[in-house]
Amino acid sequence: MHPYLKLDHIDKVFTRGNASTEVLKDINLTIDKGEYVSIIGHSGCGKSTLLNIVAGLTTTTMGCVLLENREVNSPGPDRAVVFQNHSLLPWLTVYENVRLGVDKVFASGKTRGERDAWTMHNLNLVQMAHARDKRPSEISGGMKQRVGIARALAMEPKVLLLDEPFGALDALTRAHLQDSVMALHQKLGNTILMITHDVDEAVLLSDRIVMMTNGPSARIGEVLDVPLARPRKRLELATNAGYLKCRQRVLEFLYERHRFVEAA
Amino acid sequence: MNMHALKTEPDAAVEAVVVATAAAPVVALTPKRAPRAEKYAKMAKETAVRVVPPLIVLALGMLFWELVCQRAGSTLPPPSRVFKETKELIFDPFFDRGGIDKGLFWHMSASLQRVALGYSLAAVAGIALGTLVGQSVWAMRGLDPIFQVLRTIPPLAWLPLSLAAFRDGQPSAIFVIFITSIWPIIINTAVGIRNIPQDYRNVAAVVQLNPLEFFWKIMIPAAAPYIFTGLRIGIGLSWLAIVAAEMLIGGVGIGFFIWDAWNSSHISEIILALFYVGIIGFVLDRIIAGMAQIVTRGTALN
Repeated sequence: MHPYLKLDHIDKVFTRGNASTEVLKDINLTIDKGEYVSIIGHSGCGKSTLLNIVAGLTTTTMGCVLLENREVNSPGPDRAVVFQNHSLLPWLTVYENVRLGVDKVFASGKTRGERDAWTMHNLNLVQMAHARDKRPSEISGGMKQRVGIARALAMEPKVLLLDEPFGALDALTRAHLQDSVMALHQKLGNTILMITHDVDEAVLLSDRIVMMTNGPSARIGEVLDVPLARPRKRLELATNAGYLKCRQRVLEFLYERHRFVEAA
Repeated sequence: MNMHALKTEPDAAVEAVVVATAAAPVVALTPKRAPRAEKYAKMAKETAVRVVPPLIVLALGMLFWELVCQRAGSTLPPPSRVFKETKELIFDPFFDRGGIDKGLFWHMSASLQRVALGYSLAAVAGIALGTLVGQSVWAMRGLDPIFQVLRTIPPLAWLPLSLAAFRDGQPSAIFVIFITSIWPIIINTAVGIRNIPQDYRNVAAVVQLNPLEFFWKIMIPAAAPYIFTGLRIGIGLSWLAIVAAEMLIGGVGIGFFIWDAWNSSHISEIILALFYVGIIGFVLDRIIAGMAQIVTRGTALN
């Protein structure tokens, strides 16, 4: 069987004038359908660049991204992104923000009524239907991120890309949203690629954790399988030996073998 | 989520209370609302706070003017004489005795029509050019230095050239309005477009908006606060330019009315016209500001 999403020998070099920095070096990764993969690494290691490459927002210097055996090198709704700072358009209501994507993706596939129903269905999935006519400035940070998730889900992406989706939220809201994402993944079976710098979040949510070495020339240092049964319960896992072992492995990788060296 | 839970809590509490005291008679509580008279009194007070101070200043100014200009041999008329001499113009703005002997309404409306036409053209062309300069690095490199030079040319300096080109007063005046108000619109639009957050561009790319959809759905709303700043400066400038341009091209219009009054030594009429010009300029500015507020609601926040 062919892999669903494949990152094939990806190099990325940023060039500015005469100076060039190699950010990513020889990244190889395959992701199966329905899998939840997290990429973790210290800040500045190029993990966001890698996600942008998969999203098509940044081009590779070498190598390519294959989705269902087809090269993808420009952005599209089949790889919808949930951005770190939600990126809702402030002049549109919650409903209109989601509808914008729906109207484009299903321009010919669905009638007006079906598109409306589909928009509301996705708002319901993230429990935001009650705020449909509110503007982004009128709802909390966690709610904005929910709408961001609904917007991405509504495009029926083949791969859902999450760029540190909970980074800007307080701890309680973050836990709440992590549970929601877990439930959605369980229910819809999306293929998800998530960037994070939170070890607990990575272990709790992922099937596999990709650990990146420090940049420049960041590589994939290690890939860890998380053999925990789903559905996972936050409280039960806190004392689960398997969970603690995975957590330990990631922490060791990040803080012993690849300690973040503060730029002098 | 949390909000939801919070919202339902009071209801649950109420229900619990109702259950506990099922036998007790239900007392309907009407929420306390401020009496209507009180609300109106508050509104009147707020209005008074804004209106009374400028009125006092105006009254004091008039009094001072009256005292200074009342003595014999004064070059300018006092307000009382201005009112006496322009009573006919004030109370009958609609008379039309042919030629340029018309009421002030007709002069104003002729000027406003020129401004409306020139300014509308400038708004459309300015937003289009501003978008081009803001979006394309090469357009900016090519056009921006030229705009920076052209925009410093005083409006009236364009008039002889446009008279030579159009050979008629009307289109020349409209052209002067156009060329005066277009620069701030171009420059502000370009800055607005350049300041569109990369996030919004990424969203548009993921959703795959085509260039036209991107223009209408992302660029214009995102840059709207900047565009309206340009539009507001533009309307102010075009109202400044129209009076001067009309003094030179003649015909019906508030500018030539003032010039004509000067030539006939009707100083009171000049003062009345200046008063009207100021009021209309203020109203035009408020109209654009009001439009900005309606269009950019939500955008400025967040």
